[in-house]
This record gives sequence, C-alpha cells and structure tokens, in this order.
Amino acid sequence: MTEAAPAAQGAGAGAGAAPPLVALRGVSKRFGEVVAVDRAHLEIRRGEKLVVIGPSGSGKSTLIRLINGLEVADEGEVELLGQRIHAHHEPPPSLRAECGMVFQHFHLFPHLRVLDNLTLAPRHVRRLPRAEAEARARELLARVGLAGKAAAWPAELSGGEKQRVAIARALAMQPQIMLFDEPTSALDPEMVGEVLEVMRELAQGGMTMVVVTHEMGFARAVADRVVFMDAGRIVCSGPPAAMFDRPPHPRLQAFLARILSAR
Amino acid sequence: MRYGARSQALTGRQLAARAAVLGLVGGALWLALARMEYRWDWSVVWDYRAQFAAGLELTLLLSLGGMAIGMALGAVGCLLRVSQRDAVRFVALLYVELVRGTPLLVQLLIAYYCVAPRLGYDQPRIIGMAALGVFAGAYVAEILRAGLESIERGQTEAALALGLSRWQALRLVVGPQALRRVIPPLTGQFVSLVKDSSLLSIIAIAELTKRAELLQASSLRVFEAYLTLAALYLAITFPLSRLAARLERRFTPGD
Ligand SMILES: Nc1ncnc2c1ncn2[C@@H]1O[C@H](COP(=O)(O)OP(=O)(O)O)[C@@H](O)[C@H]1O
Ligand SMILES: [Mg+2]
Repeated sequence: MTEAAPAAQGAGAGAGAAPPLVALRGVSKRFGEVVAVDRAHLEIRRGEKLVVIGPSGSGKSTLIRLINGLEVADEGEVELLGQRIHAHHEPPPSLRAECGMVFQHFHLFPHLRVLDNLTLAPRHVRRLPRAEAEARARELLARVGLAGKAAAWPAELSGGEKQRVAIARALAMQPQIMLFDEPTSALDPEMVGEVLEVMRELAQGGMTMVVVTHEMGFARAVADRVVFMDAGRIVCSGPPAAMFDRPPHPRLQAFLARILSAR
Repeated sequence: MRYGARSQALTGRQLAARAAVLGLVGGALWLALARMEYRWDWSVVWDYRAQFAAGLELTLLLSLGGMAIGMALGAVGCLLRVSQRDAVRFVALLYVELVRGTPLLVQLLIAYYCVAPRLGYDQPRIIGMAALGVFAGAYVAEILRAGLESIERGQTEAALALGLSRWQALRLVVGPQALRRVIPPLTGQFVSLVKDSSLLSIIAIAELTKRAELLQASSLRVFEAYLTLAALYLAITFPLSRLAARLERRFTPGD
C-alpha cells in the first residue's frame, strides 16, 4: 500500500552495512479466509530493537512467528541469518535455535525444574555437557534476579518470575535475536516492571530484539524503530518519537488515541 | 457420595451405611441360596487349588504379555496417528477402527481358526496373547493420542522455538507430560484386559476361566466353581482399580 518505509530505512542504515539479520520479503500468511499477514516487507539489522504495535488481531503475533517459522509463509520469502526460507518451508531446527522466543503465556516446561528448563535445549541441541549447561544457566538466573529459584518448579513461581525464567531459558541458547510476543500482557500490573527491566538490560547489552507490546513507555525508551500493523498490513514505521508524537498515518493516530484513552 | 470426595476420609456414618449395604446384599444372597436348599461343598474347590493357581498364573501371564504387546502396538499406532501424512494416519485409523469395532471374541475366533492355521501355527497361548495384544493396542493407541493432545500446543511451540526437533519436542517435552496423564487410563485398560482374557477359554487355553469350567464339568459344583472364579478375578482387578483411582486423583491437574 502506502509504505515502503521499512525497506528504505533498512537500506539507509549506512553504506556497506552488514546484510540484515532478518528480512521478510512479500510474506503473506492466511488462516482459511483470514489474511493474518499481508505481503509484509521488513528488514531487521543486527543490534536493532524493533517494537511492533497494532490492534488485537492485526497480525503482530503471526508476523513474529513467521520469523522463526512457527508459522510457515504462504507467499514470499523469509531470510534468517543469511539463509533463505521459501514459502511453505520450515526453517531447520539449527536456525530456530538462533532465534529466542518469549511467549505471552510463558510456556515453561511444567515437568522440569527451573534449572532444567534452562538446560534442556543447550544440552540436547547444542550438546553441552550437563555441568557446563548448568553453570551457564545459573549465571543467567542470577542475571534475571532468580538465582534462588534454580530448584523450584514452574508452578511455584509468580507470573513475573515465570516470564523472567522464560527469558533466561531463551537466552541459554545464546541466540542472535530475541522475539517477544506480548511478554507482559498476561502479568498482574505489579509484575510488569520487573520483566520490562530485564528486557531493557538485554537491549542495553546489544541484543537484537523484536517486541510485540502495548507498553508504549518501553517502546519509546528502547525501540530504534516502531512498526504499526493493522489488518495484516505493516501500515507505517519509524523512530518512536516520530511515530508517537507526529503519527504519520490516520490509523496509527486512531490506534494511539484509543489506547491512551483506555489508560 | 459426592463426586471427588476422598475415600480415605470416610466418616463414621458413611462407614456404617456401607456396612449396612454390604449386609443387605449378603443377606439377600444368603436367603436366596437358603431357599434353594443348596448343599455347599467347598472341598472340591480346595482339592482343585493347584489348578486354580495355575490358571491364575496363566491369566496374569497372558494379560501382562498382551498388555506389553498392546503398549508397543499402541505406541506405534499413536505415532502413526499424529503423523503429518494423511496416508500414514489412515493406516492407524484403520487399525483402531477395525479392532474397536469388532468384539474381542470374534477377533479370537478369526485369529485361532482363520489366521493361525494358514500360518501353520498351533500354539494357542501365543496366538491368544498376540490377539489380546492387537486388541489392547488399538485402545492404548487412542489413550496415548488423547494424552498427547491434552498437552497444550504452546509446549511444542516453546520446544521448537528453542531449536529442538519435532522428535525431541515429543520425546523430551510433550511425551513426559502426557505419560503422567495416561498412567491412570492405561491401568484401567489393563484391568479390562485381565477380565477380557477370560474369552481365551474358548480357544482351549487353560487360563483361569477354563479351569473353573473344567472343575464345574467334573464336579458339577456350579456355584462353588464360578463364585470362586469371580472372587479370583476380583482379587486381581479390585486392587488395580483402586490404584487407578488413586493415580487419577494424583495426576488430575489442579489437584
Ligand atoms: N492458528 C490460527 N488459526 C486461525 N486463525 C488464526 C490463527 N492465528 C491467528 N489467526 C488469525 O489471524 C489474525 C491475526 O492474528 P494474530 O497474529 O494473533 O494477531 P495479533 O497478535 O495482532 O493479535 C486474527 O484474525 C486471528 O484470528
Ligand atoms: Mg498476539
């Protein structure tokens, strides 16, 4: 439709810049009659922090799930770490391993203790020896403020703790990019802060991040670029200040007005 | 009793009520038998104890063997059933529907009189055990499939997102969680199989039921032979049913 902005911005990122970490090229995904994502173009550079906003059902989750292949494209091409994945194809597990993902509802493994949640993939995918995997897992737990919870069961944790464990579990694979799908939407309000704090530190550490969220304060503080989706389309994108203070599209303006009045 | 009420927390009143029910049922039975002026002779059962023991042993052996075969076939059937390919799923569907849609007795007759002779095979016990296994496998496949499908999709997605293969996701994440949920229904399936194994008596296997029939035929003591038979089955199935019920409570989510 109107915008070719994302691609232009990706390309303008500096002469001789490295190829994008992720590129979606004309990617569409349908569920029956519903076009969840409609010919999306998006490039994400290494180290970039992208925040995806938009109304419920606009295709935000589908968009980021297309990146790591939890959804398979019907059209177009996904490029991940230089590897092209054509429509109707799943990325190989080795490529997914480079893409950490954090879900709205945590999806911790309830039959494993916290420490084993963190070491499962490093041991079975990266083939790390148990001792090494555990040492690294304990470091990560300390980093998210949960050093004391290694032996706990997921069911014993609060929502905020669960989500911090989920972040640590994803980081244990030392991914090159982290995808967050509304990581604070299922949390009680008093626990949102502790999770956003962990994400903020991760961003400061230089991680490439794609975050679907309604936390506009986080978007403003952390995002390099905000992408607005509506009805399956990427409608517009730009730096947070520009997007929030002078919304370049009437639908974004309407969306922002709605969520601000809801607060 | 209220649904979900715990049996170990029976009150004195409940115990008294249960005792009254047992007393009434027992009394009615005793009266009915007394009116017939039946003359009991339990000595034939006692004299036959070695045969009963051998029958019990064979029944347990055939049931356990049948269940083992059933678990293996069920695991394979379940994996086929959740395959990505329609033709593969159809193979499993065919197996499950054919077996579950026909009586075990008919399957035994076909196995013993149609299939085994064509293969030149005449080991009734092996044929019987295999038939029990094929029978149980269809039910086990469905129990396992229901177990897998009861685990929310987010578990598989989280595993895949971490870089696990589909097989690893099944083996390390979904399978272990499903296993806990299928232990109670599998125990129940085994209880059914022990009872169903009585049908093996019609293909000349000297398991428990066949032994009781032989005793009845030689002694003409119908009541003693068949009441003992019922009691022996109960001696196996009752503890297992209780165990299944306990496991059910233990593994019910949110309990
Ligand atoms: N697995 C699915 N099956 C059917 N429809 C789906 C599925 N996932 C998403 N959709 C539909 O696709 C559209 C976009 O969904 P989603 O990407 O979850 O939006 P958002 O995350 O922005 O709320 C919605 O209309 C939703 O109902
Ligand atoms: Mg969503």
